[in-house]
Amino acid sequence: MLLEGSNRRIHAVHNHAGMAVAGLAADGRQIVARTKSEATSYENTYGEPIPIKELCERVASYVHLCTLYWWLRPFGSGVILGGYDRDGPQLYMIEPSGVAYRYFGTAIGKGRQAAKTEIEKLKLSEMTCREGVIEVAKIIYGVHDEAKDKAFELEMSWICDESKRRHQKVPADLLEEAKEAAKAAQEDMDAD
Amino acid sequence: MYVANRASDKITQLTDNVYLCRSGSAADSQVVSDYVRYFLHQHIIQLGQPATVKVAANLIRQLSYNNKNMLQTGLIVGGWDKYEGGSIYSVPLGGTILQLPFAIGGSGSSYLYGFIDQAWKEGMNKEEAEALVVKCVSLAIARDGASGGVVRTVVINSEGVTRNFYSGDKLPLWHEELPLRNSLLEEASSEVEPMRA
Repeated sequence: MLLEGSNRRIHAVHNHAGMAVAGLAADGRQIVARTKSEATSYENTYGEPIPIKELCERVASYVHLCTLYWWLRPFGSGVILGGYDRDGPQLYMIEPSGVAYRYFGTAIGKGRQAAKTEIEKLKLSEMTCREGVIEVAKIIYGVHDEAKDKAFELEMSWICDESKRRHQKVPADLLEEAKEAAKAAQEDMDAD
Repeated sequence: MYVANRASDKITQLTDNVYLCRSGSAADSQVVSDYVRYFLHQHIIQLGQPATVKVAANLIRQLSYNNKNMLQTGLIVGGWDKYEGGSIYSVPLGGTILQLPFAIGGSGSSYLYGFIDQAWKEGMNKEEAEALVVKCVSLAIARDGASGGVVRTVVINSEGVTRNFYSGDKLPLWHEELPLRNSLLEEASSEVEPMRA
């Protein structure tokens, strides 16, 4: 019954950074809004796009703030922040506690444990972003439990040299390719 | 116009790797540089790495533009950072910001535009560039009544910062102007032979 594409999980926070949200959608929306505001205000003040590390720290301290006072409740969602700045591409994850780390690969939300295990098996330094997109699709399909979980919609975005260092939705043809590869891999697994 | 000190140091440090050339009202330029040094310091602590010249120049520009009604100071920001290498930003009176391969400012600079357009070359080395700067300032001193005293230079690159000082009497003369001489009172009292013109 749900219209395809209406449950956006990934948001662009600036041209060089994007954020994926897991958990309570409304809480996630607040975090994204704050991130966008931090990114634009930094650029207005300092005249350069906000370094991703700085953006992560600002978001993390905002999320953490909501754990300090009895009259505020913690955010019910965590986010994964990906961006490309002058120090190269970077990935950060901010949890509801306000803790934030930089990662080469990470997962959040339902099924994250299994996903993390799968990611650890990948040789990230030897892959291009394009190849990574395909691998990630396989992992998502692999971790999804047909019996227990509801139907899902795959949403992917990337930021790499190929995307001209801008955050954008993965092009339709690559998304199709990834979905096909993932379904094929599932069939191989089921066949065993 | 009143010149209180013709040997003042008009090249002030903003951070280890970024310096500011001040001109116009001394008070205004000092206050702006103090604010920017303070903001940059906080920025560096937050960022955890040295500031870029672009960020320093933008902070200067913001103050200059937002307070344009009250300030009267032309500023040139120069420095080195690991992303862009050496860079120069000019922030003149109204608060525009312009990145340039070379920049000039101050009252004496009016006399230098033609000269430097012809004399500046891409890819000069450190010695050539410094010699050009000293020549420029001495030419300005020759023509501009409000310029004079000493020449100070600061060289900033990946290796660090070097300050140099060229005293007024050592500078070349261009138009047969009178050479710098000591105070006549001093000469009269010590009965030293006056310098020949």
